[in-house]
Amino acid sequence: MTGITRRMTLAALAACGVALALPGAAQAPAPLKIGFIYVSPIGDAGWTHQHDIARLAMEKNLAGKVTTKFVESVPEGADAERVIRELAQSGHQLIFTTSFGYMNPTIKVAQQFPNVHFEHATGYKTAKNVGTYNARFYEGRYLAGIVAGRMTKTNVAGYVAAFPIPEVVMGINAFARGMRSVNPKAEVKVVWVNSWFDPGRESEAANTLAAQGADVLTHHTDSTAVVQAAEAKKIYAVAYHSDMSKYGPNAQITAVTHVWDKYYTRVAQAQLDGKWAPDHIWGGLKEGMIQMGPFGKAVPKDVQDLEKKAEADIASGALHPFTGPMKDNDGKERLAAGKAITDEALSKMDYYVEGVQGKLPAAK
Amino acid sequence: MDTFAQLVLLSLAAGTPLVFAALGELVVEKSGVLNLGVEGMMLVGAIASFIVAAHTQSPWLGVGAGALAAAALSTIFAVIALTLRANQVATGLALSLFGVGLSAFIGRDYSSVVIGGITPVAIPGLSDIPVLGRLLFGHNPLVYVSLALFAGVQWFLYRTRAGLVLRAVGESPQSAHAIGYPVIAIRYAAVVFGGACAGLGGAYLAVAYTPSWVEGMTAGRGWIALALVVFATWKPSRVIVGAYLFGSVTLAQFQAQAAGVAVPSQLLAMLPYVATIVVLAIISRDATTIRLNAPASLGKPYHPE
Repeated sequence: MTGITRRMTLAALAACGVALALPGAAQAPAPLKIGFIYVSPIGDAGWTHQHDIARLAMEKNLAGKVTTKFVESVPEGADAERVIRELAQSGHQLIFTTSFGYMNPTIKVAQQFPNVHFEHATGYKTAKNVGTYNARFYEGRYLAGIVAGRMTKTNVAGYVAAFPIPEVVMGINAFARGMRSVNPKAEVKVVWVNSWFDPGRESEAANTLAAQGADVLTHHTDSTAVVQAAEAKKIYAVAYHSDMSKYGPNAQITAVTHVWDKYYTRVAQAQLDGKWAPDHIWGGLKEGMIQMGPFGKAVPKDVQDLEKKAEADIASGALHPFTGPMKDNDGKERLAAGKAITDEALSKMDYYVEGVQGKLPAAK
Repeated sequence: MDTFAQLVLLSLAAGTPLVFAALGELVVEKSGVLNLGVEGMMLVGAIASFIVAAHTQSPWLGVGAGALAAAALSTIFAVIALTLRANQVATGLALSLFGVGLSAFIGRDYSSVVIGGITPVAIPGLSDIPVLGRLLFGHNPLVYVSLALFAGVQWFLYRTRAGLVLRAVGESPQSAHAIGYPVIAIRYAAVVFGGACAGLGGAYLAVAYTPSWVEGMTAGRGWIALALVVFATWKPSRVIVGAYLFGSVTLAQFQAQAAGVAVPSQLLAMLPYVATIVVLAIISRDATTIRLNAPASLGKPYHPE
């Protein structure tokens, strides 16, 4: 009569399928996939290194609940867009884009993937699924300036900087103000290398600054080249991003280091709890996103104490590195006496303060 | 005065990779072969020297390895251009691209490795003489090697029989062959020598000048070296002058910035390349000079009849 019909077989298969799927729905959810895109190699020190140790710390803090993937040395521009899109397409729900130049690619990919959340470092464009985060590096720069101002003998500091964006400019200005707060004769010379990571050019720039009389060097670039150049020339250096005393044991007088672990853990937890929301985070010493590195052997105790006091004052809010009266290096007044600069003015900073030599080139 | 001495030191140091690469290319072109692959060979020399220096902790071994690696790469060019008689320009360009890519691929794990490079050695007593001491004796050892290379090339080309034969091969390979000289073998030797020199130039960059490895770290110096050989009308003494001139232009961008000159840094960074173009344009106005000084068979494949 009927026997085993096609209809019966199909119904049986469907029932098996449902039966198999049910236990699956009851299992623990797959770990959250988090993606990271880096602008330079991770290496042993530098901007990307600090992000990567924070990534590892976050993985440890949330062990089992998150897995991460990173792509390093991705140039800003079209390549970045491709990599961010690949991360979004391959199931990463939270993506950290760790360079200013990733801003437009991040926004573009975010529009195409409304369910993926993006965190962009050091940028200013946000969207419904894009938040920005940054640290008040300028606070650390001011403190480094205090140490540098007391350690310099020629009263000239050399600054090897990448691109003239407000982020970098406020660092230069804070450093100059820190130096001048303890040494009114100090001057800062700036050389732009137009690259975040290029040890060759950074070395050349550092050597040129040393030849022009700088005896304290610092940098806003990703490699250890400037600290190494200072060590070779037997002058001082302030390291940036990471403690680079391994590369400049005699040269490094202090370091402005970045600490992202707490922030990354907090954001990943928010994503896990379903409570992620786009934000403009800008934390400093108070929030523990900056840490000053170890003092070099050559730094005398009274200078160390001076720095520590200023550090405590900034963390408590008693001191703001950019408080009036403040003039730019053309003589124009930028801040009236007693006023502290606003965050908005900081993020648009496009001038040098008194004490910085030269004219600021137009940013790209 | 001290700043001046420092600037001279820096300019000489900056021009040295060009000295190595251009002198090597000069010898190659004097033998009648046009090897455009200098940039690729320099980069292969750079990464080979860096890797060996990193693993053996000896930068000088690295320098040797760099020269050997680039010489090996140039042998590929020699086989294709001399034995297989392919178009030399196309082969050279292909070699350049290959060298750039190969070095980037091999070097991808070495971006943040730090090595102890070759640093200027202070000669006790001599280096302490006030101005001349620093100027004459404060250089990186490889700078002295490059000057010795210049003396060697100058002597070889114009004072030895072998150099005369090489130049003859470059002017008229048919006549040289008729006299009985092995044209292809001589050209092979010249190409390998040129490759080794380019490798030395790259090794100097990676192990002495800025001890580090970054993809594409020669930043176009190979191409500038090629232009330099033409600019110098194939004379070693002019190559040296031109190389140090370009070296100081390369540094000028940082000097100008540090001195507070108000030109945007991006424009200043263009200086070495703009200078190259300007110089080439001026030189090529006079086609006669080029024709008189260039080796007559430059770039033409040689068919032994």
